[in-house]
Amino acid sequence: MSRSSVTDFDRRNRDWYIDRLVQAVVFIGGISAIVFIIGIFVFITREGFSFIATEFDVSGFFLSQNWRPTSESNPTYGILALVAGTASVTGLAMLVAIPFSLGAAIFIAEFATGRVREVLKILVELLAAIPSVVWGFIGLSIMNPLIIEWFNVPVGLNVLNAGIILGLMAAPIMTSIAEDALKAVPDRYREAAEAMGATRWQVIAKVVLPAAKNGLLGAVLLGVGRGFGETMAVLMATGHSVNIPTSIFDSVRALTATIAAELGETAVGSPHYQALFTIGIFLFAITFVINLTADLIVRGIRNK
Amino acid sequence: MVNAVTTGADAKVSVRNLEIAYGDATALSGVDLDIRENEIFGVIGPANAGKTSFLKALNRMDMFNPEMKVGGDIHFSGRNTRGLRNVYALRRRIGVVFPLPVGLPMNVYDNVALAPRLGGQRNRAELDVIVERCLRRAALWDEVKDRLDTLGSLLSGGQQQRLTIARALSQQPEVLMLDEFSIAVDPVTTMRIEDVLKQLREEMTIILVTNLVQQARRLADRTAFFLDGRCVEIGVTEDLFTGEVRDQRTRDYVEGRFG
Repeated sequence: MSRSSVTDFDRRNRDWYIDRLVQAVVFIGGISAIVFIIGIFVFITREGFSFIATEFDVSGFFLSQNWRPTSESNPTYGILALVAGTASVTGLAMLVAIPFSLGAAIFIAEFATGRVREVLKILVELLAAIPSVVWGFIGLSIMNPLIIEWFNVPVGLNVLNAGIILGLMAAPIMTSIAEDALKAVPDRYREAAEAMGATRWQVIAKVVLPAAKNGLLGAVLLGVGRGFGETMAVLMATGHSVNIPTSIFDSVRALTATIAAELGETAVGSPHYQALFTIGIFLFAITFVINLTADLIVRGIRNK
Repeated sequence: MVNAVTTGADAKVSVRNLEIAYGDATALSGVDLDIRENEIFGVIGPANAGKTSFLKALNRMDMFNPEMKVGGDIHFSGRNTRGLRNVYALRRRIGVVFPLPVGLPMNVYDNVALAPRLGGQRNRAELDVIVERCLRRAALWDEVKDRLDTLGSLLSGGQQQRLTIARALSQQPEVLMLDEFSIAVDPVTTMRIEDVLKQLREEMTIILVTNLVQQARRLADRTAFFLDGRCVEIGVTEDLFTGEVRDQRTRDYVEGRFG
């Protein structure tokens, strides 16, 4: 090989073409994700658009609890009860998931060592991979009779059932993210606090948790996003009846479950069909905002 | 106490037959030395000599590292630290300054007030007094008194290292251990901290691990030379530099022929 020849500078060899090809493939892959998201948004918006343009009135849609889309004489499309259903279930789910996931994350990140730690991490990831219909099945066939028996209520498919199921569903992913946040706290902080005579709990409470608070908040927000978006388990465990809950033993219906249950039975293009898509736009907007906030918060700690 | 016989009577810290290993790798072995009250005790030696491991053993930092095994005896004020039930109480009496400054992710005030708060101090007025006193003694007060509420990690490197010293002082330690404190600090700040240490000698015992031989000469009353996991020499610092040494390697090291 002649090293002195400067004609090499202009030759496009195999490596050069491979490099270009890989760049192109990766570029297409990356761009397509964005294109798909925009495409989905455009599709949902278009389907719901004529409803928003014609029949939609803000107070009637958001502030009425009358969801009667199949009424022959006077169909109404008020989603207040559905929002209340989703919010109550998600709220209870967070009450369940936050202590579990923070506790698990603190244990895995700060206390567990060696093999225990590895096994726990794998188990948490395994739990996160359980399909939601399985969780719904657990709610339907195990939690339902237990709730009826323990609390002596007529129906076990209610806010309590769905909240617990959804909480357990959201906990693994929240644990994973919270653990990452705790691990991102540099060890020198822990060492410095330990050297001052802080006990392990003092190190965690005074130094590690405050330092990781953005990441932990991000984990919680992602859990909330999961709660809003979850469909199948919520459909199966809530009881699916339109209702503004006054206690945790009331059955409710979630926004997502409404779309899943009704979309197949509506005529394409009908007001009902378009109202469901409007709910879709609403959900899309909410989960987008929640995830964006979570992402910005988690990013915030990395940049500091 | 049986050990009282073998312990130097006026020693603040007394080390007997200290062995430190990480897994199978020995980091330090056969160290016997006494550190007297109110002296600055220098520890010099090249990298991997076991200097940092020595400090870690003194305040029982081995507890959280299952790999680290410590053998032999270390007495603190005559009390063997081996069988302590409450290592936290021991650590509260030993201040530590690490090589790289660690500004905890909280404001300047809270950094210094952390140790007293851990000890149960809640009174704001008393905390104010402690914080000001410690920052003054660490020669940092004048620079930060108007911004006690800024994040500690936003201070410059030299300021953070003095903040670390102020934090170490806030628990009123009997022993202050510094591990190569000037590694990330500019020469001017290094001199200021050295002046601080000279004053602190009146009140506490200082163990100064340093890779700067001249720093040990400027500060230490007595100096130990560690090499390859052994304590090769202990003596009055000036003797080490005037050639009155037992081991030729000590002379070679302080004169810069290796390391």
